[in-house]
Amino acid sequence: MYKNYILDKDYFIQVVKDLAVMAEVERDYLTKLDSLIGDSDHGINLSIGFREVTKKLPEWENENITAFFKKVGMTLLGKVGGAAGPLYGGFFMKLGEPANNKEEVDFGEFCNMIKNGVEAVESRGKAIIADKTMVDTFRPALDALMAAVEAGQQPLDAFDKCVKAGEIGRDSTIPLIAKKGRALRLGERAIGHMDPGSASSYMILNIFYENMKKRF
Amino acid sequence: MVGIVIVSHSKQAAEGIRELSMQMAGHEQKIIAVGGTDDGRIGTDALKIYEAIQNADCGKGVVVLVDLGSAVLSTTAAMDLLTEEGIIIDVRLADAPVLEGSVSAAVQAFIGGTIEEVVAAAELARQISKQL
Repeated sequence: MYKNYILDKDYFIQVVKDLAVMAEVERDYLTKLDSLIGDSDHGINLSIGFREVTKKLPEWENENITAFFKKVGMTLLGKVGGAAGPLYGGFFMKLGEPANNKEEVDFGEFCNMIKNGVEAVESRGKAIIADKTMVDTFRPALDALMAAVEAGQQPLDAFDKCVKAGEIGRDSTIPLIAKKGRALRLGERAIGHMDPGSASSYMILNIFYENMKKRF
Repeated sequence: MVGIVIVSHSKQAAEGIRELSMQMAGHEQKIIAVGGTDDGRIGTDALKIYEAIQNADCGKGVVVLVDLGSAVLSTTAAMDLLTEEGIIIDVRLADAPVLEGSVSAAVQAFIGGTIEEVVAAAELARQISKQL
């Protein structure tokens, strides 16, 4: 049913370029969030990871979507340094798999990519909702997306629901006590602060959405 | 002999723990220290751990000792990557304190312990009291 809604490699390349811009623009904000409940490196780590991605991006432009995201993921895995390395590394490495080595996907296939990426974050971090992690953004976002697809909604409506659910999920981390990461050691002192991973996860989903609006 | 990989956020910590562990084992014992990022920051690097595991393996498997948080995630990412690349090595992540666990694991590996015995020795280190 989504056969006419195509996302090609140029779309994904643009998304990755915008993620790199996001990593620079939001670096200090994410680091500030992390300084409140973590080890103050989330923004810096993402910026270092995406700078390396930007450097290598021209070499990857001829890769298919699966190989392209595997390279993005591997680069983040090796460069980021903090927990975001294996988590976002896993997200991007798995993101491309459902594209089956193709040069473009339709919106239905794209949703499966998001699902595969989110599940990779969950299985690597072993976090569930309310642990005060990326999963608080990703899981409700994915559930909203899949429900909208199930109901046969238009792609932009479906992804709008995804991003909005992610935003609510992100904000839901503020009153929580952390169950993972360094914030775990803070106990009740983590209350009142947004989880930096949930914040960057929302930004990532939103960049997929903003670029989609230019296509559909 | 079972190989050992020591993962810390700090390069110096990983190398220092390796130094201590080597003193308890013989020179033939493979112990590889992986610490910090490429550019010298505090952190862990799954790709370096992925390489270290391969270099530490002599066919009897590898036990990995880790310090905090993302060291665990980076190690499991490295283990997943080995599986995905079809590289078959018996890798175990010891649930043990990194320094005491590494020393115990090194001794057990050096005297020819199986991978199960090396993991058990490392994990037993959790119970060693500091109060005499």
